[in-house]
Amino acid sequence: MAIDYQTHEYDVLVVGAGGAGLRAAIEAANAGVRVGVICKSLLGKAHTVMAEGGVAAAMANVDERDNWRVHFSDTMRGGQYLNNPRMAELHAKEAPDRVRELEAWGAVFDRTEDGRILQRNFGGHRYPRLAHVGDRTGLEMIRVLQDHAVHLGMTFHMECTVVDLLKDGDRVAGAFAYDRERGRFMVLKAKAVVLATGGIGRGFKITSNSWEYTADGQALAYRAGAELMDMEFVQFHPTGMVWPPSVRGILVTEGVRGEGGVLKNSKGERFMFNDIPDLYKNQTADNEEEGWRYVLGDRNARRPPELLTRDHVARCIMREIKEGRGSPHGGVFLDIAWIKSRVSGGAEHIKRKLPSMYHQFKELAGIDITEEPMEIGPTTHYMMGGIRVDADTQMARVPGLFAAGECAAGLHGANRLGGNSLSDLLVFGKRAGEFAAIFARERGDAKVHESQVEEAARRALAPLERQAATGSEGPFQVQQSLQDTMQSLVGIVRTEAEMAHAVEEIGKLRERAAKVAAYGNREYNAGWHTALDLENLLTISEAIARSALDRKESRGAHFREDYPNKDPEFGKLNTILERGADGSMKLRREQLPPMAEELAKVIEEMK
Amino acid sequence: MPPVTFNIWRGGAEGGEFKEYRTEVTEGMVVLDAVHQIQAESANDLAVRWNCKAGKCGSCSAEINGKPRLMCMTRMSDLPVNQPVRIEPMQAFPSIKDLVTDVSWNFEVKKRLKRFKPRKPDAPDGSWRFAQADTDRVQEFRKCIECFLCQDVCHVLRDHHKHEEFIGPRFFVYSAALEMHPLDEEDRLEDLKRANGIGYCNITKCCTKVCPEHITITDNAIIPLKERVVDRFYDPVRMLLRVIGG
Ligand SMILES: Cc1cc2nc3c(=O)[nH]c(=O)nc-3n(C[C@H](O)[C@H](O)[C@H](O)COP(=O)(O)OP(=O)(O)OC[C@H]3O[C@@H](n4cnc5c(N)ncnc54)[C@H](O)[C@@H]3O)c2cc1C
Ligand code: SF4
Ligand code: SF4
Ligand code: FES
Repeated sequence: MAIDYQTHEYDVLVVGAGGAGLRAAIEAANAGVRVGVICKSLLGKAHTVMAEGGVAAAMANVDERDNWRVHFSDTMRGGQYLNNPRMAELHAKEAPDRVRELEAWGAVFDRTEDGRILQRNFGGHRYPRLAHVGDRTGLEMIRVLQDHAVHLGMTFHMECTVVDLLKDGDRVAGAFAYDRERGRFMVLKAKAVVLATGGIGRGFKITSNSWEYTADGQALAYRAGAELMDMEFVQFHPTGMVWPPSVRGILVTEGVRGEGGVLKNSKGERFMFNDIPDLYKNQTADNEEEGWRYVLGDRNARRPPELLTRDHVARCIMREIKEGRGSPHGGVFLDIAWIKSRVSGGAEHIKRKLPSMYHQFKELAGIDITEEPMEIGPTTHYMMGGIRVDADTQMARVPGLFAAGECAAGLHGANRLGGNSLSDLLVFGKRAGEFAAIFARERGDAKVHESQVEEAARRALAPLERQAATGSEGPFQVQQSLQDTMQSLVGIVRTEAEMAHAVEEIGKLRERAAKVAAYGNREYNAGWHTALDLENLLTISEAIARSALDRKESRGAHFREDYPNKDPEFGKLNTILERGADGSMKLRREQLPPMAEELAKVIEEMK
Repeated sequence: MPPVTFNIWRGGAEGGEFKEYRTEVTEGMVVLDAVHQIQAESANDLAVRWNCKAGKCGSCSAEINGKPRLMCMTRMSDLPVNQPVRIEPMQAFPSIKDLVTDVSWNFEVKKRLKRFKPRKPDAPDGSWRFAQADTDRVQEFRKCIECFLCQDVCHVLRDHHKHEEFIGPRFFVYSAALEMHPLDEEDRLEDLKRANGIGYCNITKCCTKVCPEHITITDNAIIPLKERVVDRFYDPVRMLLRVIGG
């Protein structure tokens, strides 16, 4: 088969232009190698733009007791100790420099009284730690990275999608992609590839994620021979919008609770006081007064229970709803308006601190959050698991293949703390770019094999070729069925029987997907693109379901009704997946990596 | 509710036409939901650009009943649905397909503009000190989500096609964000006057009216920049000094 394609050649190819991809590209370009960046959307539109609350870094600008040790131990506690300790260490140590660097590139953060970067409280962080600007930190970050990157002489391929990685023997040799506009194929030859493709939210029905989050990077890496890890840990954010239906799932930032917002059930009760886990008893206020003093910055006050970790808050909300104390549209109430009784000029204060939340509710739900409580409920938000990488270099098992940001695993363990993603992108994006550039220099050219290109093209064109076949269905229906399956069977509360059923259903959906047809031609054809994304989503959904089935305990974001407690044995294990020689998914449990003595001591001290 | 009729422009660079679709509209729906529903039900290959569906990424710009707007922030309940809803791509940019336009010119323009240049750090650790008031002052400009609706509506681009000589309201906002940045030391006035064509703007304020982020583009960004340019280049004393100084 003669296929038409354009070839581009780079030392380092970065797949994804969110925070992780851009930061990797900047680092690689600074190292003096040729860099290409490819992304599914226009520049500046990646998910990172939506991040609201802030970026976590122990700069100690607001509370001088903060330092990397506290941040490290908070991250490990939040992740229920399944985190890779070396990654958590690097992250805690390097995040402050990465944030200051953003300022040097033009980012403007909110300030402290003495003119330094202001930091705010967030769930699971012992001290105020999130550098932020209002509630649009992600926009500030992506714009600054984007504007900095475009002056470094790299090439951007916008609105282009990678559908396969190419290999030369063991090592990665580049990627095969199509452009959205015309559907033309391209081969991006590269000595090293950095995957920074983000998350998997589109596998679920209710999600804060956009169409881009179809688990591409995880699936590409898996097919290319990399391992996946911790896939059972999907974060359900406690506060997504629930009404009107068309905005269901859209995120309501945790910043609302950081600024004093409280959760209430239909009886007006602050139900979060009723269930505070032992691990956090010492750090959590047991009365409303103390919680409010914490919000005001009283350093002797403990944080309100609304700021417990996301997995816990989400489950408490589910319980209220299940037991009939929910709000009219199946959520609970989140009230920030009440702080007007405590803060003079309260309405203005809310608008200044949470401008985009104010805007979002006003325009999408017709609700003024300075006057009325919001209705919220859990939404699929973040993937803790992902591509298994080396802690220092971010290289996967496949030589030359790197991964950073949400698509990589290791830093967050069983649950991610808010704000730890943006810092993750910066710290490990930089590292991935740095080591990819070194790899490219040291290892030189890889060869692209024509047979792989042909195979990739054949696969990519198959859905279009099926449009003539009778009785084939469109991709959107299959995608919807998958979302329904994952939402109802592998969601916040899980059981053996339901998940086994999910694995079966995914198998059936795979058969349907193999017959899906895309109508029309190759130009900007959403049906075709969705058909191609489907395979990735199915692979990763299967990975989630299988990993969740195997972990017979409840820990962090993974909650099983049939095993509601933590099991210390499982607490020593990561779940690893790889593709077997026969193409089937192989799962094994592996001991956690050993923790350096120094780090173990830090954890002990901070208990 | 009975189904609502939509007239959606279908076509590409070579031309196209409005096609009629009908779909059910339910409570709280925005125009983008309706477009997606039509895409799933009866037009799988309908091209539309979107990402966040929450007014945060600036991808879904289009013209709805002739007005430049974000599709994800336009509620169906705010439109008269007893008549067909007309949706077409932005008119100031070349068409790619259906509702998607080629906005790459904007990315080219930005690359040409002088980048951020900070003053020396204030503290030995390489960091700076400035007040919250300084942050607040540029906040408005930094909210821009690059939807390019202001570019779409500005007559200098839309009708007079001055793309070579005029950077458009989006990039005046961008210039203002840098010029008023508490740390920036670059001088952009010469560029604003010559290469960037700020003089073409005759303050019609159409851009301000369409900005989904409610940035007061004309009053807060363009007019102060114009004043700075005037102060520099048309101040008689300075002009005299410049002539004398050669
Ligand atoms: C609403 C919301 C609010 C959040 N708030 C916060 C917060 O306050 N603090 C925090 O720390 N975290 C927050 N998060 C999480 C955080 O924003 C994300 O985890 C993070 O931005 C992911 O960044 P990334 O660089 O890994 O990927 P992204 O920014 O998602 O970028 C992925 C990139 O990969 C590209 N891509 C994907 N697949 C392909 C392919 N096949 N071919 C080519 N390109 C591809 C995409 O086009 C995109 O450019 C929030 C998330 C959401 C959704
Ligand atoms: S005010 Fe100036 S920039 Fe804005 S639309 Fe009118 S002419 Fe264009
Ligand atoms: S200034 Fe407003 S209208 Fe113009 S691109 Fe930015 S957000 Fe859009
Ligand atoms: S989809 Fe992001 S602004 Fe409309």
